[in-house]
Amino acid sequence: MSSVAVSTTVNGDAVEVLCDTDETLLDVLRDRLDMTGTKEGCGTGDCGACSVMLDGRLVCSCLVLGVEAEGREVETIEGMAEGEKLHPLQQKFLEHAALQCGVCTPGFLVAAKALLEVNDDPSESEVRYWLAGNLCRCTGYDKIVRAVLDTAKDMRSA
Amino acid sequence: MTDRGATMTKRKFKVVGTRPLRPDGVDKVTGRARFGADISAPGMLHALILRSPHAHARIKSIDTSRAVKLPGVKAVVTRDDFKLPQREDLVDICRNVMAREKALYDGHAVAAVAAVSKAVAREALKRIKVEYKVLPHVTDVDAAMKPRAPILHRGLRTQGVEPKPDKASNVAERHEFGHGDVEKGFAEADIVIERSFKTEATHQGYIEPHACLASMGTDGQGDLWCCTQGHFMVRNVCAGLLGMEVSRLRVTASEIGGGFGGKTTVFIEPVALALSRKAGRPVKLVMSRDEVFRASGPTSSSSTDVKIGMDKNGRITAAEAVLRYQGGAFPGSPVQFGAMTAFACYDLANVRTVGYDVVTNRPKQAAYRAPGAPMAAFAIESVIDELAKKIGMDPLEFRLLNAARQGTKSSYGPTFGPIGLEATLKESKSHPHHLAPLGPNQGRGVACGFWFNFGGQTCVSLNISEDGTVCLSEGNPDIGGSRASMCLMAAEELGVPYEKVRTIIADTSALGYNEVTDGSRVTFAVGMATIKAARQAIEIMCARAAKIWDIPVEAVVWEDGYAKPAGANAGTFEPMSLAEIAESAASTGGPIAGHSEADADGAGVSFATHMVDVEVDPDTGKVTVLRYTVFQDAGKAVHPAYVEGQFQGGAAQGVGWAINEEYIYGEDGRLQNAGFLDYRIPVAPDLPMIDTVILEIPNPGHPYGVRGVGETSIVPPLAAIANAVSAAAGVRLTHLPMSPPRVLKAMMENEA
Amino acid sequence: MRYETPETAKAAAKLLLGAKGPAKILAGGTDLLVQLRSGMKPPGLVVDIKHIPAMCAIKKERGGFRIGAAVPSAEMGEHAGLGKAWPGVVEAAGLIGSTQVQGRATVAGNLCNASPAADSVPAMVAAGAVARIVGPRKRRDIPVEKIATGPGKTSLKKGELVESIFLPKRPPRSGDAYLRFIPRTEMDIAAASAGVSLTLDRKGVCIDARVALGAVGPRVILVKRAAKALIGTRLEDVMGVLAEFGDALSDYQNICAAAARPIDDKRGTKEFRTHVVGVLARRAALIAYQRAGGK
Repeated sequence: MSSVAVSTTVNGDAVEVLCDTDETLLDVLRDRLDMTGTKEGCGTGDCGACSVMLDGRLVCSCLVLGVEAEGREVETIEGMAEGEKLHPLQQKFLEHAALQCGVCTPGFLVAAKALLEVNDDPSESEVRYWLAGNLCRCTGYDKIVRAVLDTAKDMRSA
Repeated sequence: MTDRGATMTKRKFKVVGTRPLRPDGVDKVTGRARFGADISAPGMLHALILRSPHAHARIKSIDTSRAVKLPGVKAVVTRDDFKLPQREDLVDICRNVMAREKALYDGHAVAAVAAVSKAVAREALKRIKVEYKVLPHVTDVDAAMKPRAPILHRGLRTQGVEPKPDKASNVAERHEFGHGDVEKGFAEADIVIERSFKTEATHQGYIEPHACLASMGTDGQGDLWCCTQGHFMVRNVCAGLLGMEVSRLRVTASEIGGGFGGKTTVFIEPVALALSRKAGRPVKLVMSRDEVFRASGPTSSSSTDVKIGMDKNGRITAAEAVLRYQGGAFPGSPVQFGAMTAFACYDLANVRTVGYDVVTNRPKQAAYRAPGAPMAAFAIESVIDELAKKIGMDPLEFRLLNAARQGTKSSYGPTFGPIGLEATLKESKSHPHHLAPLGPNQGRGVACGFWFNFGGQTCVSLNISEDGTVCLSEGNPDIGGSRASMCLMAAEELGVPYEKVRTIIADTSALGYNEVTDGSRVTFAVGMATIKAARQAIEIMCARAAKIWDIPVEAVVWEDGYAKPAGANAGTFEPMSLAEIAESAASTGGPIAGHSEADADGAGVSFATHMVDVEVDPDTGKVTVLRYTVFQDAGKAVHPAYVEGQFQGGAAQGVGWAINEEYIYGEDGRLQNAGFLDYRIPVAPDLPMIDTVILEIPNPGHPYGVRGVGETSIVPPLAAIANAVSAAAGVRLTHLPMSPPRVLKAMMENEA
Repeated sequence: MRYETPETAKAAAKLLLGAKGPAKILAGGTDLLVQLRSGMKPPGLVVDIKHIPAMCAIKKERGGFRIGAAVPSAEMGEHAGLGKAWPGVVEAAGLIGSTQVQGRATVAGNLCNASPAADSVPAMVAAGAVARIVGPRKRRDIPVEKIATGPGKTSLKKGELVESIFLPKRPPRSGDAYLRFIPRTEMDIAAASAGVSLTLDRKGVCIDARVALGAVGPRVILVKRAAKALIGTRLEDVMGVLAEFGDALSDYQNICAAAARPIDDKRGTKEFRTHVVGVLARRAALIAYQRAGGK
């Protein structure tokens, strides 16, 4: 197994990590960096539980090699709140009861944040299509979609 | 979203019925919550399981020698490492956990390795040589019942038939329920409809794959961390399979990323423990999504014949159903529940259901939300819809005419107490959804559903801390917000704010036995235990106040969080708050706690009516769900937001089951779609908002009137959607899922 | 598994040529990582082309657009000019997987993965797109329909890789569209698909057309007879004929259906795919016609 040293930035912090070339970014985050907030639901890009931002673009970390993170910026769920202060989306997910088991929640939050960064006034349909790659089996999506729409509304008037 | 029927609840609640933030919420939105795969231990090994690629094969030999020799491999286990347990109920579990003489399905575990890394473990699996003799297989339930079908178990004799058969078959058991004289009832009918239905197997589809971390010491003591719906069950089963004393194994439940019944048994946990015991190091074992589909427990596929007769006024005179469920490689399909629930919504003089539990070369099924009921409801409610249409009656009206009520002798035996079916039907009749117009190619469907709800063994411990806050330890993994509900009920009873109570899920050494989180039992049974524990703590606090005041304990009452003198005769003392009593506990007799150990009885049954609008593309057969409304009786909604969540989640899973989800097997008996790409659970744009109406018809068996709500919501959707699609497509759909190829074919054949 | 990040296309080609065992190109990785996960033996060499500047950009060229092989489909969707000229191609690229997948997946990768159900390929074939192939020594341009030779197989030789895809300049009054059929609204592989590109004259009569079908054969099918049925019509004539179940030979939808050579599998039956591909071809033609300014 060929290991490579990777220098990357995770949630603003410089990180050096040694990983195998065939390891995914998801495995590097979870197994090498103990950042287990990012979840594996499928490992094939079909569920979105492993969503992270890579250089400002939403991706499935299970479909990125760890070595690809060299010199790039990774943002995960662990970086979403600022200290004690939850991101408005995190707060709204709680208020709307937009999670039941909560395992898909980190992926939904990262993906929803990416949406609101490019579209501050999404329609219900736009929210649903943007989040199509994030599977939730508990909620039927109703409360998740409401939480995202409500956050967008609040952020626009803020 | 509306709360109706609240006036029926006599008791006035202060905190129960509000919508506070859940106590585990912040951890779950920040990524801090630890699920099954989120923990590791020093010196931990990674394990992988080798699985049969064959649907049915004799395992002639397993050669692990080359794997054992690979550097970094610390343990390999096979069937030789598991002795068949003495306990009858564990034998099939043992055989399912690790194949013995035969591999019985594609995905059946054959061997497992633990190594220093996942990469080494992967390589080791490739070095295990298994010699198979492939045998003929059968995966379809009707095919498995045929006389010449390949036999899975030579020793299997059908139970529940007379005389006892002397030959092996794949039919494990026959069940029968009902009352009255069905033949007479059909003779009295003016119209009789008979139809056959099929449903394909679906998977619970929880997003978190099974995961565990096992650590066994050479002293025979073990610790296990895992995602499960019932860690006490895991402890007892694993101890049995590993030949351990139960109390030597401590199981801690992780946060659980969905279960829906699928995490009510063990798959990987005994394997991880066996590897850990052999390697002398902690072992982590996590299923891949492919393994979850191939080797955990999906639900049954089914085949059902229904016959219902009515008089010309629409009153049902007789009803009969024969249900055949395959439950995978071992007996135990939920056909019994299917047969019991099939006609539970109706007040019938003459009814009979017969269920056949059948084994096939598929993974052993596990419970899936109201196990067995949705498929039965699909068949029955489809025929009910047709009967109503036959005499031009509104399907809701037809159901009201025949609905089960308080005092109805149910089709499965007991006589119903106060129930909410009629209320859900009446509510849906007057709802705007029912009156909204439909466009071209659109159809509306309704259906009813029933679930028993369970109670069962429960143990909680409630500790009053010296600052007046409350710690509640319960033993049921929180799968959808139950900690919030427990905090609410403890706060209600003690008379303290919600925020003063913290509920945790304790490990198996901390509490007495708790049954699995299943049967919609937790809010009911653990809630009742919590209330009892709180009442016990209140008694102690009243006694402490009595001691301080030096008056008899009978002269103290508890009101709104305060001990008060019972009346003027008791003396004039300032009421003492819970916090004040707690503060002085050290000097008044020590810690204050309440406990409850009980087998909870009195779970109230629950009913729902669902209404759905769909549009069918006449050129492609594609079904789009346009509008959906759930009407369900919750008894008392403790945390209405999570009650709505249960209603919505059940409906959404029902949509998947009805339209796209299915296990697809090839000719070779291998599963073709073991992934979220081709096992198609609904994605966000597949669904509309799901409206909910909570009805509250109190359950007399619970101090607050609570009924379980988690499962009933998946019972009506298959039928409601089938009725809507049939209306839109102009042809009755009888085979789920109603995938586009099936719907298009039905429409084309109907046209021709 | 050796991982390389060359900075020029030639260097990438040389690495591929020099590889001893199997070598793979990594662009978006949305197919490669799934294959690795499903137990494919890791290739000895992976060449990540995202460090090659020319492969990471969309450029205007001779009135058309050159899309670098490492450009993710999300970037195509964000490019105003490209979406205006080739809405069908951009929409097709935007249907590949989820938002997350579109942040990585490339149309060149979609092409070279050579799945018959690849979403962007029928749209590109209909568009008359040209792939620029770079080898260790020289470059060559070939129509995209010549890349895939069968499921998972391409005509690329050892040491060759696609450097970019060129979408030509549009004549006035042109439009394209792509539709696919999936059982859900998103996240599925096409059970059938159709890409159509049209050019009209001033009177709205179709003077040029290309029709390509996906997921109904071992590779994308360019149906010249279907294009011929559209040319010289205002489409409503053609559509009118098929609405009446008229002469099967002149019936555009039936021509498309007849051109299909689908298989039965977990994603659809032969009968279903045959029928639906005709429906999609008709619907896509109507959208393309409207986009071209036809009424």
